[in-house]
Amino acid sequence: MILTPVLTDLWDAPRSWTRATYEEHDGYQGLRQALAMEPDAVIAAVKESGLRGRGGAGFPTGMKWSFIPQGGTAPHYLVVNADESEPGTCKDIPLMLGNPHALVEGMVIASYAIRARHSFVYIRGEVAHVIRRVQNAVRQAYEAGYLGRDILGSGYDLDITVHIGAGAYICGEETALLDSLEGFRGQPRLRPPFPAVAGLYASPTVVNNVESIASVPAIIRRGPDWFRSMGTEKSAGHTIYSLSGHVARPGQYEAPLGVTLRQLLELAGGVREGHELKFWTPGGSSTPILTTEHLDVPLDYEGVAAVGSMLGTKALQIFDETTCVVRAVARWSQFYRHESCGKCTPCREGTYWYVKIFDRLESGEGTEEDLDTLLDMSENILGRAFCALGDGATSPVTSSLQYFRDEYVAHLTHGGCPFDPVASTVFAGASA
Amino acid sequence: MAYTDETRARLTADSAAIIARYPRARSALLPILHLVQSEEGYVSEDGIEFAAETLGLTPAEVIAVATFYTMYRRRPAGRYHVGVCTNTLCAVLGGDAILADLREHLGITGDATTPDGMVSLEHVECNAACDYAPVVMVNWEFFDNQTVASARELVDRLRAGDPPTPTRGAGLTSFTETERMLAGFDDGRADEGPAAGPASLAGLALYRSATTSGGEK
Ligand SMILES: Cc1cc2nc3c(=O)[nH]c(=O)nc-3n(C[C@H](O)[C@H](O)[C@H](O)COP(=O)(O)O)c2cc1C
Ligand code: SF4
Ligand code: FES
Repeated sequence: MILTPVLTDLWDAPRSWTRATYEEHDGYQGLRQALAMEPDAVIAAVKESGLRGRGGAGFPTGMKWSFIPQGGTAPHYLVVNADESEPGTCKDIPLMLGNPHALVEGMVIASYAIRARHSFVYIRGEVAHVIRRVQNAVRQAYEAGYLGRDILGSGYDLDITVHIGAGAYICGEETALLDSLEGFRGQPRLRPPFPAVAGLYASPTVVNNVESIASVPAIIRRGPDWFRSMGTEKSAGHTIYSLSGHVARPGQYEAPLGVTLRQLLELAGGVREGHELKFWTPGGSSTPILTTEHLDVPLDYEGVAAVGSMLGTKALQIFDETTCVVRAVARWSQFYRHESCGKCTPCREGTYWYVKIFDRLESGEGTEEDLDTLLDMSENILGRAFCALGDGATSPVTSSLQYFRDEYVAHLTHGGCPFDPVASTVFAGASA
Repeated sequence: MAYTDETRARLTADSAAIIARYPRARSALLPILHLVQSEEGYVSEDGIEFAAETLGLTPAEVIAVATFYTMYRRRPAGRYHVGVCTNTLCAVLGGDAILADLREHLGITGDATTPDGMVSLEHVECNAACDYAPVVMVNWEFFDNQTVASARELVDRLRAGDPPTPTRGAGLTSFTETERMLAGFDDGRADEGPAAGPASLAGLALYRSATTSGGEK
């Protein structure tokens, strides 16, 4: 059995979201151990574990914490990124719903390590029950003395504020998130200075993903070597892979980094019956799509990069042969146009023109020249945009043209989309 | 219509509680906008003025923020606000068909509300529930694995004032009550609903059966 449930392990326990259930499963033991250590020793342990950020970029978590300058007078902050909005990504939401105390415990340990006294979790607003569960967990943690003054008699004080967003994908970008948390429009900031030096309220700040932080308690409790025993040399540990789309059993599969899509698909019962894999995203819509050629690529940071894509959020969106790749990419382009914050020209204008061109292609008014224009425009956005949203918008466009140019051409010769949209739905057999 | 003295006093007390959560008052702007939206189902002119006065900002500064975020509405939502995910994955698996059918069924286009004020409808972007596609949200609670027929039945029951239970969430109240919770005020309902749906447990269930049936770990 290649699966390694750690974060997901509690999700089938009765009332798994409560402090009582969490404590029955060794909850808050990692915190007790951490508080008996020097903060720097906690940072060293997380470094040693090889944990890399699960929010998309894979930056080493312990190293990020060690960048916080110590000894100054400004307060330090931990901000957890719970904005989960990257299309396809659906792991942090069930994690907070089923096991919110792992996040809270991780936040206390991380805050202690970086010497923060006030931390925030920024949750997207469109998930009411997830918000209730996290607020409830924070309240229960205060009641038990895991938060507040003199935590467990250690002399350490910490407050956590749960902050609710209001619908904006760009607020997942860490500097836009900080502007939003300060009460402004969520637009990315110029870097440097990096958040570690001047983040929230211009103070030293660590921004980490939910899954990154929730992974910390077990690392402290069971040790860095335990964590390193899973995954690969450069991509250590367990992580949640999310399978969605045309698979027999979509869902969350927690496995060591480095498994392949072939292995995961086998667990998930394969592509839906009677159909075959056409294309997939390794880590959300901002990561270049892959095809059947890539079934055996190790799904770790290095493996996916080696085939020209990115591991991203490990959001494996699976599409079978009934799906029109042009329609899929057109819809993602509409998303990026809608979510572009408008701050820089390449992204604001580029996504606008993407949508125009895809409209033409889908309605049968496209030309061969449009396909070249898409590539030219992508070159003008990639690396020239102010933040990674712009780069992400180019990923589906350029990769789909690389692997499926024929299908774009079919839209020109066929006078629009040659696919039947009903065939790709989950209710295809029933209503057609 | 301006807020009554009573409303204003209540909002002022709630806002003070929100501001106290942050090191700097301006951070309270997003939750205060959720709070004013819980009054009238949208961010009204009064709401903007109230937020501005409370935080010492100009109305223009508040408007610049309110218009940036899609959850802040310019027109009142229905008692039940329905969002159909039409990002690529849900769209392909049936979200487009569901939205088109609901628009026709309810006789409304764009982001609008039924004349009885019961249901408003809009398309939403990926709501982080792709393993349950196609997904419909009602008052930001999950209704997973929808079909055209099930979504139609869902809105019919909403209009009839007989809301079904969300797949993963607390029982439905009203849009405005949800907004108050989003402003950070506990509604005491965290213990409702399941811990996880079947797709969330897909991997764990396999692991359990492999490890209890004596299979290798
Ligand atoms: C447009 C955009 C959206 C993002 N959305 C998220 C998000 O929803 N959650 C998240 O953790 N990281 C998101 N990120 C990545 C963050 O900027 C940041 O790298 C991450 O939160 C760092 O946490 P980690 O080091 O623990 O991975 C996004 C980045 C971009 C460019
Ligand atoms: S790349 Fe797009 S989202 Fe990022 S700053 Fe520029 S306009 Fe805004
Ligand atoms: S695409 Fe619909 S929830 Fe993700």
